[in-house]
Amino acid sequence: MKVRIRRFDGQKEWWQDYEIDAKPSDTVLDILNRIREKHDHTLAFRQSCQMGSCGSCGMVINGLPALACQTRIGELKTESIRLEPLYNYKVIKDLVVDLTDFVNKHRSVKPWMIRKNPEELEEASMEFQVTPDQNLTFVQFDYCIMCGVCLAACPTVAIDPLFLGPQALGQAYRYIADPRDEGFEERIEVLDDSHGVWRCHFAGACSYVCPKGVDPAKAIQYLKKEILKYRLLHKKKASVKPAELVQKAPPANAPKPPPFDFKIEGGE
Amino acid sequence: MRKDIGMETLDYDVAIVGTGLAGLRTAIEILRRDKGKLGLRVAVISKIYLMRSHSVSAEGGTSAVLYPEEGDSFELMAWDTIKGSDFLADQDAVWRFVHIATQEIRLIERWGVPWNRRDDGRIEQRWFGGLSFPRATYAQDKTGFFEMRALYDTLLKYENWDRFDENFVTSIVIENNEFKGFTAIDLKTGNFRYFRAKAGVIATGGAGQLYRITSMAASSTGDGFGLAYNAGLPLKDMEFVQFHPTGLVPRGILITEAARGEGAYLVNKDGERFMKRYAPSKMELAPRDIVSRAIMKEIMEGRGVYDDKSGLYHVWLDMRHLGKERIEERLPFIREIGLKYLGIDIVNQPLPIRPTVHYNMGGIHVDIDGKVLNASGSPVKGLWAAGEAACVSIHGSNRLGSNGTNDCLVYGYIVGNDVYNYIEKERPASPNLSQNILLGEEDRIFGKILGKESGGEDVYQIKDELKDTMEKYVHVYRTGSDLEKAVIKIKELKERYKYIKLSDKSRTFNYNLEHALELGFMLDQAEVIARGALLRTESRGAHARLDYPNRDDANWLKHTIALKGAEGPLFSYIPVKITMWKPVARVY
Repeated sequence: MKVRIRRFDGQKEWWQDYEIDAKPSDTVLDILNRIREKHDHTLAFRQSCQMGSCGSCGMVINGLPALACQTRIGELKTESIRLEPLYNYKVIKDLVVDLTDFVNKHRSVKPWMIRKNPEELEEASMEFQVTPDQNLTFVQFDYCIMCGVCLAACPTVAIDPLFLGPQALGQAYRYIADPRDEGFEERIEVLDDSHGVWRCHFAGACSYVCPKGVDPAKAIQYLKKEILKYRLLHKKKASVKPAELVQKAPPANAPKPPPFDFKIEGGE
Repeated sequence: MRKDIGMETLDYDVAIVGTGLAGLRTAIEILRRDKGKLGLRVAVISKIYLMRSHSVSAEGGTSAVLYPEEGDSFELMAWDTIKGSDFLADQDAVWRFVHIATQEIRLIERWGVPWNRRDDGRIEQRWFGGLSFPRATYAQDKTGFFEMRALYDTLLKYENWDRFDENFVTSIVIENNEFKGFTAIDLKTGNFRYFRAKAGVIATGGAGQLYRITSMAASSTGDGFGLAYNAGLPLKDMEFVQFHPTGLVPRGILITEAARGEGAYLVNKDGERFMKRYAPSKMELAPRDIVSRAIMKEIMEGRGVYDDKSGLYHVWLDMRHLGKERIEERLPFIREIGLKYLGIDIVNQPLPIRPTVHYNMGGIHVDIDGKVLNASGSPVKGLWAAGEAACVSIHGSNRLGSNGTNDCLVYGYIVGNDVYNYIEKERPASPNLSQNILLGEEDRIFGKILGKESGGEDVYQIKDELKDTMEKYVHVYRTGSDLEKAVIKIKELKERYKYIKLSDKSRTFNYNLEHALELGFMLDQAEVIARGALLRTESRGAHARLDYPNRDDANWLKHTIALKGAEGPLFSYIPVKITMWKPVARVY
């Protein structure tokens, strides 16, 4: 099987082809390990759990952001594979991207349990009581493995680097929807912003690619509803300024599209 | 940040290596106790990204006594743990452990863990192997993942710490029995770093990657074991490697014990529930060592199923009778794994499983407070270890399912407090260190390993042969002659390792270099495991010798201690702390 990988060594970018033996049951991560161990020790990619729970191996597979460890060759239904680093991130080397901005955005929404009396988070003689039905209001949004795949698919992230993005917003909602949390007002400022929830155009690409079924797009729409409800209740006017459009010119060394001879049946 | 010795020196009060449950819990405990009082600064160091550590893959549950009014008790949990350990656990440590576990369950509930609930809103628990009461507290079948989420998120609210994602620690610096910091490579830049700290914590997890079929992450290479061993510190009970009975064929991906806790059957090729031969009263819910041996016995005696795609023999894990609703509520991740990796829906079809390497009962020799002990058995000033990397020992020769995550939480709490007490009481100064040690380490990595132009040995070839050796000769069942073969082969691989040559010479994300350093650690551990297993002429817990099938309390009721010597490991033995129950026959 032909595997074409977008490579970058800090200076130059290029496409590199490998010819690899592959079974339909192999995952893309198996293939990458085979390349690195048997063919080319210099190839850089991240991995850890190999079972879809750590979020290390997000990359673009045949044009679609996904986890390499959960994508089997057989299900791609293509005769060759094209691998690229996640879109919308700065590439450091080969398939390794810079996640600094991603983790900072996540932290900015205060993704932790907030209580009006913080002492309640330090004392443990009894649990908060949460019914199984109440659990269902937020647990789906707690599935996030922070792989960053959703941001690679988001058309808004692509044009607005300041947009908080589906992961951070989804995680804000995870806590806001949790009956144990009382931190909505502490989070509203960063959410009710032109680069916050209102920047989302509801393309839904994040939810389409999310490997864990988190559905951040749904979370963002719920957040919009909660924010509007809050504004109505408190008779607050929108503090939102229209977002300035940040149109990024492609960098000088931006990757060129792959050569024409390379066709992916059924892909793209 | 200083550049006084030709490399980056980073000053912290505490440096924690490893960011799974134990590492994160330790960091939080130090920060929440301090609340700015001493203004302690903590470095949190991981060779991968925070939140990627293998604790996220813990699935089934975390044991704790929550409902004494319904019949559970600390005594019962301690007894289950000690009996499960085949009486190699230190009973004083177990007694303390079971008491702290309860608070940890409730505390991380407050921090966000979505425990499964009873209808009245209280925390639900379920059965696990070797338990006398259903005390495995769970959040679906992603318990470790949700616990990690809650700890990581909680850590984010504190200010006085810095994250060092993708920093690979290469050595523990100890001078005159005093911890002085860690050396590390910043993988992103390839720069060499010295984390100068008053206190250090090792929480680097286990070493499943020594084997071909493992439930453990690619990152679980036991670096902490290697770091301690190279620093002249003892490793304890390393021959006890846990095989989880139900690894998905062919990869060994974990299929949680909770599947059996919920009622799944193990059946052989004749459709027979074979556990009746091995543990007639507990059946599928016997402890892991017993179930793994039973599966291997079925396979060895011709009652396994052959999988022609992988060439592996297996048995079946059958969950069809549980029904779709129960599976979706309690085992959704197992269903997802079956579908994604084999295209099998557990609602309609059984899963092919066989034992998979899952946990190291052994580890860095520590005392009941998690203080790392030196060769003479006294604490190294300023150094702790927690979680799977450490061996107290709570799990003895076999850890019970659902006793791994709570060990990490409890010891994160204990070590965090002990570190804090040490700094508060002793007010240690920032350590002074002779530069030669750092320059020597820098030269070892960048000169002698990365810079070497001679030699033709390949890191990945040696790693492959190591995995095959361990899989073939140091498995569930062991014999003296197999272990001897393993020891000889490992010796050969260690010799060849001296001649490795790296083809990637770059500094940025040089995984070739990282893997070479990991392999160095792995070869040492393999040697300690195989030789320790060869010496232990009895069968106890996870260490099952076909040539010595019985437990031998007269000669072997003792912990193995391994120290690095010039020609391989040097072994000695220390007594087990027996404070409550004398060993009895272990029948389930």
